[in-house]
Amino acid sequence: MPQELLERGKPLLELRGLRKNFGPVRALSEVDLTATAGEVTALCGDNGAGKSVTIKIISGIVVPDGGEIRWRGEPVHIHSPKDSAELGIATVYQDLALCDNLDIVQNMFLGRELSNMSVLDEAPMETAARRTLADLHVTTVRSIRQPVASLSGGQRQSVAVARAVLWNSQLMILDEPTAALGVAQTAMVLQLVRRLAEQGYGVMIVSHNLNDVFEVADRIAVLRLGEVVAEGPASGFDRQSVVEYMTTGRLTGRDGAPANSGVVAGSPGGAGRTEGEA
Amino acid sequence: MAVTPEMGTGKPNSDEGGAQGIRQAEPTTQKDGYSLDLEETSVTAALAAAPEVVASDLATYLRAWWQRVRSGESGVLPVVVGLVVIVLVFEIKTSLYLSAGNVVNLLNQAVVFVLFAMGEVFVLLLGEIDLSMVFNAGIGAGIVAAFVVHPYDFPWWLAILCGLAATTVIGLILGTLITRLRLPSFIVTLAAYIGLQGVMLWMFDTLPIAVGGVISVSNKVLLDFVNGNLSPTASWVAMVLAVAVFGGLTIFRDVRRKAAGLVTPPFGLTLSKVGVVAAAGVVLVWVCNINRGTGTTKVRGVPWSIPIVLVLYFASTFLLSRTRFGRYIYAIGGNAEAARRAGINVRMVRTVAFLISGLFAGLAGVMYLSQLGSISTNIDPSYVLFAVAAAVIGGTSLFGGRGKPLHAVLGGLVIAAVYNGIYLIGLGAAATEMVTGLVLLVAVTVDSVARRGGQKEAV
Repeated sequence: MPQELLERGKPLLELRGLRKNFGPVRALSEVDLTATAGEVTALCGDNGAGKSVTIKIISGIVVPDGGEIRWRGEPVHIHSPKDSAELGIATVYQDLALCDNLDIVQNMFLGRELSNMSVLDEAPMETAARRTLADLHVTTVRSIRQPVASLSGGQRQSVAVARAVLWNSQLMILDEPTAALGVAQTAMVLQLVRRLAEQGYGVMIVSHNLNDVFEVADRIAVLRLGEVVAEGPASGFDRQSVVEYMTTGRLTGRDGAPANSGVVAGSPGGAGRTEGEA
Repeated sequence: MAVTPEMGTGKPNSDEGGAQGIRQAEPTTQKDGYSLDLEETSVTAALAAAPEVVASDLATYLRAWWQRVRSGESGVLPVVVGLVVIVLVFEIKTSLYLSAGNVVNLLNQAVVFVLFAMGEVFVLLLGEIDLSMVFNAGIGAGIVAAFVVHPYDFPWWLAILCGLAATTVIGLILGTLITRLRLPSFIVTLAAYIGLQGVMLWMFDTLPIAVGGVISVSNKVLLDFVNGNLSPTASWVAMVLAVAVFGGLTIFRDVRRKAAGLVTPPFGLTLSKVGVVAAAGVVLVWVCNINRGTGTTKVRGVPWSIPIVLVLYFASTFLLSRTRFGRYIYAIGGNAEAARRAGINVRMVRTVAFLISGLFAGLAGVMYLSQLGSISTNIDPSYVLFAVAAAVIGGTSLFGGRGKPLHAVLGGLVIAAVYNGIYLIGLGAAATEMVTGLVLLVAVTVDSVARRGGQKEAV
């Protein structure tokens, strides 16, 4: 059975000096990143900054060339998606990996159906699915026996997240969760993200949409050309500074980040330097 | 480096400084403000949901069902209506059509179509197709026939087991080729369609008992599958038992689900379902028990083929709706990548689906053999296309993810009804093929237009 959720504020997943090359192309060089229990960490960066590779390493699709991964303080090796899932990491991709023709319960239990003498045991599955959705306050679906095809984008995202919660994941990685959604739907998903964090789950969210990032993130990490150029509490950033970090790797033409922001910025050259602490 | 529009539109000047403290609180304060919008989206979503999951009583159910029919999700309604229309048209043309003798004849003709189509449903659900079924069936029937006659003289069940084993293995081989080598099933089974026809010709050339390419069987049990009847009393007893078991299980399941607080279809719906099944059973047995013999010989009772098909129908329905394997078939048909990520052994499920279509080809072959009393190389190749057509007419999607064995039964009945009727009014081979083709086209068009009309309304 699963481990208990970590106490809020404790580091759940730590990446230290993660490196990855694809042939001569350096995809990641020295990525340091921490996902904390009960917090939403946003991963920002332009196309090609290394967001996808970082996520793929965490979810076991890509194996890093070097660096260390710690899970709840223990060094671990993630060699396959299965390893990642067994640790308690769930990655919800943009395409959501739901079967449109199956209903919500069937999707949430897909691949792990409960059965009794090889006959599907629907009752406990339906009860557990209902409870999980209620815990996450996903109350807008009319019936959990309706096919996923009839759900809105935000509801589909909720089902995908609920599936991860149902299977005792502790860290949810959401890849562009609001990319295809309208205003109301986006709000619904962002509420869900906040709720996950409030309940003690770790959430790592990748988004191009800075409005969303600032709405939900507790911490922001900005990637550029395969390294983390700035990392810190969301309150230490504003949209302008995130954009500048994403595009140039440092703050230009301004007096730097607000005082006591706690943002740690790495210079594009590599050696880290702290800003705002002086 | 390019800045994406979202990034650019951020208003930095208004957010500096003071915004830091507010940001944390934002999500919590906005929660209630959005709930109204969310309610609205859930209502539109519910319109498309299956009526049984949103209705608590029969009236609501019927309203939701009608709404679904109007939006194009008509289910089996068009086929049932179509079947009634076809029957009426032929009955007007010739009063022989609904005579007891012809109805039983029609049902027996439908058996082969239905079994082929049931096998096809398993692969169509995956978005695949099996074109080789007809000659696979021919080979199976040939093996059964060869083993049951002299010099082998196998008991009928052993001969059938050998035949089914052969067709199942052929299905397994095709499935393995398709999944392991990642070849399209259309091409692999097309190759098998051609190749197996050759194997069948060779088989009938080589076997000494195949006189002029025909093997005749005289085994009583084998012939009785289609030509033998239960006694009238046994027919009634079997029907009452079957309806009682079906009704009991259905009602028991609903009561238990309701007690556990789960989503349950309205009780009135369950009762009317059982009622319809019981009524159908009574009519069927009543018609079959009318003497349909000519002259002094009395022929009465339900032919064995009907309980055989019903058992296979319930078995495949159970497999598809109540087991993991069945669930995975639907999942793969709906989104193969999602199924793979959920840890489902996609290859294995696919392979087994082709194995099952091979098994059903064998079963159809046995019933075909029983119907004709012989098997020759002249087995009609268009059976395989009728099999696909029957499944699609019944409501199974060619693109995977949607379909059930009931569709095979209804579609098979439609095709048999047309075939039988045209033959009965003596229109000749040319007209038979033309009308059958037309009916198929109309059936698929009605379904497609209904769906498209629904989409237009929704937009």
